[in-house]
Amino acid sequence: MNYLPYILIAVIKIALMIFILLTAVAYIVWLERKVVGRIQNRWGPTRVGPFGLLQPAADGLKFILKEDLTPPHVYKPLFIAAPLIAVVFALSSIALIPFGNNLHIFGQDIPMQITGAGGGDINTGLLIVLGITSMGVYGITLAGWSSNNKYSMLGSLRAGAQMISYEIALGLSLIGVLILAGTFSLRGIVESQQGHFPGYIPHWNIFRGQIVAFFIYLTAAYAETNRIPFDLPEAETELVAGYHTEYSAMKFAMFFMAEYANMVTVACLATLLFLGGWNGPLFGPPLVRALLPVLWFFLKVFAFIFLYIWVRGTMPRFRYDQLMAFGWKFLLPLAIANLIITSFIVAYRA
Amino acid sequence: MVHLILFLAFGAVCVAGAINLILQTHPIQSALSLIVVMASLAAEYLLLGAEFVAAVQVIVYAGAIMVLFVFVIMLLNAGTEEVTQGSKIAKVLGLPALLLLGVLMVWAVTHHATTSVAAGSLYGDPKTIGRLLFNQYLLPFEVTSILILIAIMGAVVLAGRPEMSNPQANAARKDA
Repeated sequence: MNYLPYILIAVIKIALMIFILLTAVAYIVWLERKVVGRIQNRWGPTRVGPFGLLQPAADGLKFILKEDLTPPHVYKPLFIAAPLIAVVFALSSIALIPFGNNLHIFGQDIPMQITGAGGGDINTGLLIVLGITSMGVYGITLAGWSSNNKYSMLGSLRAGAQMISYEIALGLSLIGVLILAGTFSLRGIVESQQGHFPGYIPHWNIFRGQIVAFFIYLTAAYAETNRIPFDLPEAETELVAGYHTEYSAMKFAMFFMAEYANMVTVACLATLLFLGGWNGPLFGPPLVRALLPVLWFFLKVFAFIFLYIWVRGTMPRFRYDQLMAFGWKFLLPLAIANLIITSFIVAYRA
Repeated sequence: MVHLILFLAFGAVCVAGAINLILQTHPIQSALSLIVVMASLAAEYLLLGAEFVAAVQVIVYAGAIMVLFVFVIMLLNAGTEEVTQGSKIAKVLGLPALLLLGVLMVWAVTHHATTSVAAGSLYGDPKTIGRLLFNQYLLPFEVTSILILIAIMGAVVLAGRPEMSNPQANAARKDA
């Protein structure tokens, strides 16, 4: 029974990661309300606990205790399944994200990611994350259709079309990074960004010529997660509330969780692929040296999520035809151009 | 041993999804069954060792093509299919013909298969596939891209505005 240690370690990692992810999702909501409030020159939540820190707990309690209404005119199987699909695929992709170097505890070599136990690694990790996020479109599409409501259907069609259009630009912008790293494995891509250029500039992909790809990825990620400036499908002043009009209480909370979990996944991917992952200055005793990469990783992910919230508080939203034209007529040719230039430079150097 | 169990399990899910696809009356449930078929095929590819093809199957087939199928079903508002009488000949000859075909296929595969593939025996990593695609199979690869481009252009012409296909005639017709 030599599988037992692996199963035990995997279960502990999964429990820890789900707890951290769900807490992070709840507190990103708090952070967003505070930061957007400050941008708009008002306090955010301040009453529930110090600095409003218990507001997510109050919101969670509200969602659980609220009446879960299923209108009579909906198509019940898909109405109940759609938020489940959205939240399952949003939470699954965290399994492939590595957070740091391998830990050596009790003689075991534990990689800091859920998949790839026993020192192994998934060598098509990036493709699998892209696959999982592309399956998440079904949650939104089926939610709008099953609600049997004009506004929900229009909102879900728009959201679905927007998500599959920007997936192309997202994928193409990542190919430049793949050419530089030479592998699809997320750990391998981070390890190819170790070290410094002369002058203390880190060897991150964003400084190795992928700055255009970084901005394409950023824009496509905002569109993928339906955030401002691309949140027409779920804007409050348009289409009532878009695809989640007919949902209440826990099902609505699941869509909410799915959206913020997608934000976390996209931020983790951006950190791994463009900002050098967990690479950063190491100092101190061995225990600190083992945990410091995780700190750098979380700081970079936090910076990316803060950028998300900052853009949300600052920019207006695109009209739908402007959104689709931008994705197909500007971002896609730019991503292809980035790919061609990167491959020429790499081939010329080799 | 585990490979055999997994192969049979995913094969069973695939076949069940395909049979469900035919037996369902509402098109959206058929589309969802087809998604299950695509996903279990991806798992079968993974069992063979073709990891790149498995991931691309999920991204392209289950994640993009089936989304477009679902869009079409939603936009056309296709309802539950109506139950018709059905052909009498099909009821009598259908099941025996199916069994005969199944027996023929199983006999052909087991008696004439020259090579068999064990689980995990293919080299499916992206580097190998990339090298093959751009060296040995370059011509089929490029021809397939042009084929898809022709299909897209045909769809745009067929579904586009009238003045796109014949500008002078349609403009003249509009003025009249």
